[in-house]
Amino acid sequence: MKYKSVFDIIGPVMIGPSSSHTAGAARIGRVARSLFGRKPKWAHISFYGSFAQTYKGHGTDVAIVGGLLDFDTFDERIPRSLEIAKEEGMEVVFHEEDAIPNHPNTARVQIGDEQGELELVGISIGGGKIEITELNGFELKLSGHHPALLIMHNDRYGTIAAVANVLAKYAINIGHMEVSRKEKGKEALMTIEVDQPLDEHVISELETLPHIIQVTKLVD
Amino acid sequence: MFRNVAELVELAESQNIKIAEVMIRQEIEVTGRSREDIFAQMDKNLQVMEQAVKKGLAGVVSRSGLTGGNSVLLQQYISQGNFLSGETILDAVSKAMATNEVNAAMGVICATPTAGSAGVVPGTLFAVKEKLKPTREEMIEFLFTAGAFGYVVANNASISGAAGGCQAEVGSAAGMAAAALVELAGGTPSQAAEAMAIALKNMLGLVCDPVAGLVEVPCVKRNAMGAANAMVAADMALAGIKSRIPCDEVIEAMYRIGETMPTALKETAQGGLAATPTGRALAAKIFGVSAK
Repeated sequence: MKYKSVFDIIGPVMIGPSSSHTAGAARIGRVARSLFGRKPKWAHISFYGSFAQTYKGHGTDVAIVGGLLDFDTFDERIPRSLEIAKEEGMEVVFHEEDAIPNHPNTARVQIGDEQGELELVGISIGGGKIEITELNGFELKLSGHHPALLIMHNDRYGTIAAVANVLAKYAINIGHMEVSRKEKGKEALMTIEVDQPLDEHVISELETLPHIIQVTKLVD
Repeated sequence: MFRNVAELVELAESQNIKIAEVMIRQEIEVTGRSREDIFAQMDKNLQVMEQAVKKGLAGVVSRSGLTGGNSVLLQQYISQGNFLSGETILDAVSKAMATNEVNAAMGVICATPTAGSAGVVPGTLFAVKEKLKPTREEMIEFLFTAGAFGYVVANNASISGAAGGCQAEVGSAAGMAAAALVELAGGTPSQAAEAMAIALKNMLGLVCDPVAGLVEVPCVKRNAMGAANAMVAADMALAGIKSRIPCDEVIEAMYRIGETMPTALKETAQGGLAATPTGRALAAKIFGVSAK
């Protein structure tokens, strides 16, 4: 069953006009913001496929920037988000790309400030549902509909088991999990979607495990 | 758990409960959330729908200027009293358009089942409200009933215009609304399924051909007719009329039609009304101006 909840059908509550091009775009922006953990100083947003052709008419641009400002899909400030970003000192540049993406509704978001940068690729698959397909060069699959953990770690034996043990201790069930690395023995990324809410003490405990570099929590 | 309309009707009739109640119980089971919590969320969605209609009837215009104000025109026409069809049906049409006009103008709406088809379900509910005088709880149940039928369509066929054409969006919405109208009016679960079948049958083959790729033309008026279709299908089912083709088979047919529909007619703005001389001229004007 692709759709599990009645609220996938009667919902989401959102700013129009398109669940895929507006609500989905806002969610992609907000996931980037949530992963970055703070308001970025600058953002380079590249649109591909249908996003590149129709983003102005659908408000995809204001929606994705609204997401970067931490606005939810139904936040009535979304139509004004470009002005709000300017007022708050966030520099935003849009790029329309010609490359043919795997999915027609694809956006690449690069954000940053003095302290760091983040780059992700998100796709909007319909009805407001999104997936994150790439983060800082790592390929991944993240629906954005469940609480999730993104764990940067060193590619060493036992690290994955240690993380799973901590989750099991707090009765947190793993619904989906992926591991990826750029090179054997170097930096790696664990993507874990879970069924239960994640308390801060779980995150803290995960951070103390050996070979863990960074733990980021994403809430749906 | 129900996987199709036949199972949904069987679950309701064997336990002598409403379809809304079957949906609520399943939601509790699947999500582990409390009944109060689930009801409160649906009540919030209902409030969003009420506010969208109110805003639309006060008059809105979209960013492109293509849509807005038709719901107001129709309300003025109704108040003059010289209409040809009926007051309730025209009220449903007006309120369905009001919702989609707000959607096109980047207002807040609740997708039912999508943003582009968000007008049909609330439009019909608020139109029959005057006549049936439902309680708040019954209005919330209406949305669960509509959601139950939409859930079956979404999982067995599609609710996406890009995947199945407008029949999957406004067609599904019309079927959902027709079934929920029947239950609200006191019809049986079987009659609700007949209403869904009748409404969806009459939207089979409907393409998704939005001008300039925007959720405006012809989406607003397709929602209008989806609402009218739902009202008539509900009345037919309440009169005892049955669909010769069972509801699940109509949904299956809709899916197969969507699969064979050309890509040009599935939300790509390449065919149909989008490809007419006026459709192309409007697209050039909108993007020509906004690209600068």
